Amino acid sequence: MAELIAKSPARGLTPVEAGGVTLTEAPMGPIWAVMPYRGKGAALSAALEAAHGLGFPAPGLLAETGDARIAWSGLDQAFLMGVMPDRALAAHAALTDQSDAWTHLVLEGAAVRDVLARWMPVELSPSACPPGSARRSLVGHMTALVLHPGGDRFEILVFRSMAATAIHELTRSMRAVAARREL
Amino acid sequence: MRVDGRGLIDRTQPVTFRFDGRSVTGYKGDTVASALLGKGVKLMARSFKYHRPRGVLTAGSEEPNALMEVGTGAAMTPNTRATVQEIYDGLVVQSQNRIGPLDRDLLSVNDALWPFLSAGFYYKTFMWPRAFWERLYEPVIRRAAGLGRITKAASPERHEKAFAFCDVLVIGGGPAGLMAALTAAKGGADVILAEETPEPGGRLLSDSQEIDGTLAAYWVEDILKELQATGRVRVMTRTTVTGAYDDGSYGALERVARHVAPADDLPPECFWRIRAKQAVLAAGAHERPIAFPMNDRPGIMLAGAVRTYLNRYGVAPGRNVTIFATNDDAHRTAVELLDAGVKVAAVIDSRTGVTAQGDYRLIEGGQVIGTKGRQGLSQITYRAGGSTDTLITDCLGMSGGWNPVVHLTCHLGARPVWDAEAKMFLPAPGAVPGMTPAGACNGAMSTAACLREGQEAGKAALKALGLRAPRGLSVPEAEDDPGRAQALWHIEGKGRAWLDFANDVTTKDVKLAAAEGYASVEHMKRYTTQGMAPDQGKSSNINALALLADATGRGIPETGTTTYRPPFIPVTMGAMGAFAEGHGFAPERRTTSDAAARARGAPMIEAGLWFRPSYFPAPGETTWREACDREVAMVRSAVGVVDVSTLGKIDIQGPDAGAFLDFVYTNMFSTLPVGRARYGLMLREDGHVMDDGTTARLGQHHYVMTTTTAAAGQVMAHLEFVSQGLRPDLDVRIISATEQWAQFSVAGRLARALLNGILDQPIDDESFPFMACGAVKVHGVNGRLFRISFSGEHAYEIAVPSRYGDALYRDLVARAEALGGGAYGMEALNVLRIEKGFITHSEIHGRVTAYDIGMQRMLSAKKDFVGKAAAARPGLLEPGRERLVGLRPVEAEGRLTAGARLFKDGDPHTRVHDQGYVTSVGYSPTLGHMIGLGFLRHGPECEGHEIEMVDHLRKVKTRVEVVNPVFFDPDGGRARG
Amino acid sequence: MQIPCPICGARDLREFTPKGHASYLDRPAEDADAQAWNDYLHLRENPAGDTRELWYHGAGCGAWLVVERNTVTHAVKGATLAREMRDAG
Repeated sequence: MAELIAKSPARGLTPVEAGGVTLTEAPMGPIWAVMPYRGKGAALSAALEAAHGLGFPAPGLLAETGDARIAWSGLDQAFLMGVMPDRALAAHAALTDQSDAWTHLVLEGAAVRDVLARWMPVELSPSACPPGSARRSLVGHMTALVLHPGGDRFEILVFRSMAATAIHELTRSMRAVAARREL
Repeated sequence: MRVDGRGLIDRTQPVTFRFDGRSVTGYKGDTVASALLGKGVKLMARSFKYHRPRGVLTAGSEEPNALMEVGTGAAMTPNTRATVQEIYDGLVVQSQNRIGPLDRDLLSVNDALWPFLSAGFYYKTFMWPRAFWERLYEPVIRRAAGLGRITKAASPERHEKAFAFCDVLVIGGGPAGLMAALTAAKGGADVILAEETPEPGGRLLSDSQEIDGTLAAYWVEDILKELQATGRVRVMTRTTVTGAYDDGSYGALERVARHVAPADDLPPECFWRIRAKQAVLAAGAHERPIAFPMNDRPGIMLAGAVRTYLNRYGVAPGRNVTIFATNDDAHRTAVELLDAGVKVAAVIDSRTGVTAQGDYRLIEGGQVIGTKGRQGLSQITYRAGGSTDTLITDCLGMSGGWNPVVHLTCHLGARPVWDAEAKMFLPAPGAVPGMTPAGACNGAMSTAACLREGQEAGKAALKALGLRAPRGLSVPEAEDDPGRAQALWHIEGKGRAWLDFANDVTTKDVKLAAAEGYASVEHMKRYTTQGMAPDQGKSSNINALALLADATGRGIPETGTTTYRPPFIPVTMGAMGAFAEGHGFAPERRTTSDAAARARGAPMIEAGLWFRPSYFPAPGETTWREACDREVAMVRSAVGVVDVSTLGKIDIQGPDAGAFLDFVYTNMFSTLPVGRARYGLMLREDGHVMDDGTTARLGQHHYVMTTTTAAAGQVMAHLEFVSQGLRPDLDVRIISATEQWAQFSVAGRLARALLNGILDQPIDDESFPFMACGAVKVHGVNGRLFRISFSGEHAYEIAVPSRYGDALYRDLVARAEALGGGAYGMEALNVLRIEKGFITHSEIHGRVTAYDIGMQRMLSAKKDFVGKAAAARPGLLEPGRERLVGLRPVEAEGRLTAGARLFKDGDPHTRVHDQGYVTSVGYSPTLGHMIGLGFLRHGPECEGHEIEMVDHLRKVKTRVEVVNPVFFDPDGGRARG
Repeated sequence: MQIPCPICGARDLREFTPKGHASYLDRPAEDADAQAWNDYLHLRENPAGDTRELWYHGAGCGAWLVVERNTVTHAVKGATLAREMRDAG
């Protein structure tokens, strides 16, 4: 039987480097939307804790332990990443596979906040966006989920179909930020 | 002419640029204006209307005269202020608004015609004959009007935009701004200090003065070090705050790289959107010219600008300078020129009882009443003590006082307040919430007062932020005498006296406007064009309104100012539109089959943000129609494959998912069995169709809805609204899964045969009847299969996680080709659906009801749903409404066009007789003629009638027959079979 | 303009889209008379001054909000989740 070859959204478009900032694609892994049903928030959080060691995150937060991460991703919604959701979660929450729905980019380097300031209307300074943050906002015209695990690393999730646009735009401002530093 | 020992320029770094083809050398730190003045070049521009020779008036961004074209080729930027543009090696600058060389501009003939070119000239002159408006007057006027040229070529420049956030935005880096920034930062606030010029300091760099006993320029250096040491201050130089907007939003233009040679990746400008919790406006003041006769010659400039050229750039704008002033401040110019060794011919002060501040000739109670010098000032005539005399002089520094730069305080609608004592407009209290004016823009006219106010404003910002002011703050010692001033707006005399140098508006024009009834300041502005040039009247509006006040017998406060609007300085279109050029205009969405489709030579068409293949040209085909006809025939006879991933897919889950769907769709979904899909119709609350699509029930509490490509976002927002706003009682969770799945339609008689080659478990009619759905394995990958058809053929949609989309598409197409089919595109898809009478947003365009499209029976009577009540309104159920019909040409070769109108036989083809319109057309290779869908009054009742289709735009008239919209396989046997 | 999203905090206007007066939450009953439906559909409030409006945080958390703001001064006084407004009656 023939085999279907998996392709990542940014295949052939990354890595990109400019001015000490790198843009790479995160490895493809499970991303599941976890959306608690009415009044099931606490039960879901307990089930998440039991199964994956991570509670349901408060708005704006990202938590991780081992391979598993959970990122707040919207009203009554979080993305469980890195692991397949435990079956027990289904009793408390709607689960939807989003593993293939996103272009998952990693932007890293000292000037990363300057690069993102070209596109994002939210504040990303260490005080306003500390390690362990997750933001739903815009990257240019694209709706995005932006994760900040810490340091000078930001992870940007935009719709899979927009990979080329996202990489084109981020690359442009990476180069512009680098060129400015030469002034 | 350069002056030794003065200026902040770097004399060890000569810089050479070109001005009007000539090579000019200045120093690093020079502007074009200072470098030209340093070489004794005074003639820099021609005026807008009269083409008068002009030099610089100012040394800042408010410059009305010295506008130039900077750069070459498509990157040329017109109307650039020579007072702002810094020089660099290789810079190319040209004067503008001239025919021939700058010193012999042919259009200066206009100057001789000046008595005829007064305010309202165009309105009065170019009235008759009417036929000349477009053919003669407009082209001629357009050619003569305007200042710089535009290249009409796409600019290669790539600017950028950015967002910034801070606790306190300090606008202006003069004494007030520096103190405000220091105070705020020391109190723990994060500060952005925006300074328009390359270096903070403001007037402290333009005037010789001392602060705390040291030279002010050194004090500035110390403060900048202190600011840096706090770690809380971001100093943005070459950055002008251009507008104040709601909720602490500010726009700012940063000239990132206008001062260096263009380079790849280096954005020339950046437009900032700054969000500040508090702001301090320390924008300073603009000096006022005096409107005396013939006050526009090169060499006549503002007295403060003379000091700036001297102290900041080490340039004396003349060898023998005269000062004409109404105030003490301008006397400093004379003192500093003498200190620098420049000759001062005299200081003419309009007041009496003043004393000279140095060893210069003082003429009290004097007024300049005339000037001479064609291309540069050579002589002035003045009147003092009842007699008239002349002075030989090559530079006149004038000062009518200072106007606080209140602009930003007015951007949210506030008007400035006239201070009769100080004779200036001041910011209205609380004009912009969260913004505190300080220093000269607030009327503080001594350095000490600016420092004090800056510190107070910094403290006020801290207090508003809930932070405590740092202990032990002191205000540095500085000169604390604001000086005295007299108001003198204009001087009567022979010859024109300019108010607005940029637009050539003179005192005569304003008086004429008043005499002709344009007494409101806004009317005067538009009649005379006062203040409407690129400088927006920064140095002339106040003088003009004072004159208007005089001419109309009102006071200045009663006359009022015109409206100050953003941007404070001109902003290039490139900076405003940064990132939106070319591909940046909108995100481009690509399907997983995009590369494969392009590799097959398919031209791509845009569907919203998506790109989809139009058709797949085969060898030998020369037109799209040949490809389209072949693809349609292929689907009807064998099998075709098309990517339908762009349709919206929405996961709807929860105990109340069925009830929720019953509420958003007109028909029932709670009764749909698991493993089945159903066509659904969705209305807006006003009873008109919003969208349609199939929704499948994957589990007891799990549905997946499909939407049209065009309405996916709208439907998602609608479902969220219904869920959160109208029916929060329903326990349902909604998320888009559009991008998760790559989904392909496999359509045609051989569709099942094709699929059974790739499914782990083969299907048949029993296991997978029409409208069945379920989980499948495709080459071992978990997928979903739906037996639905948009072509009328036996068809399926097969979905796999998007990572496998490219591979599956290529496999499906290869297998289809092996069966005598292949890939088809949007053109064929469209023809196939028109043949079946299936609607798209061409039909459900927002003004049609379920009744109009013949789907009235889909409105369930058993339940409430969005749009139910409104859809039942009598007006929406009248048979005479425009309702969906099929159209076919009476003659087989007849042409149908989308957008054409429909008329009854024999009626005139005019609007009042209009019976409807055509929405979709295509050539049906299956039927051998064109077919169309459209809306016609009484629609289905007219089936069998012959009517006229008229396309007034494309000049097409075709006799058409009204038919049932389902042209092909009306009983649907092929899809079910 | 900024809207203080109860979930995300104060966010730039560009993340939101408006839908008119908050009375759109007060959907008449299915059998309400034509006048009630007409008022609901077509006669929503649009005052010069304080108003309550529906805004969708579509480029953010996805919440529908009732925003209290002044149409004259543009001052935004607060925002509440639409579903809580409904729950509160």
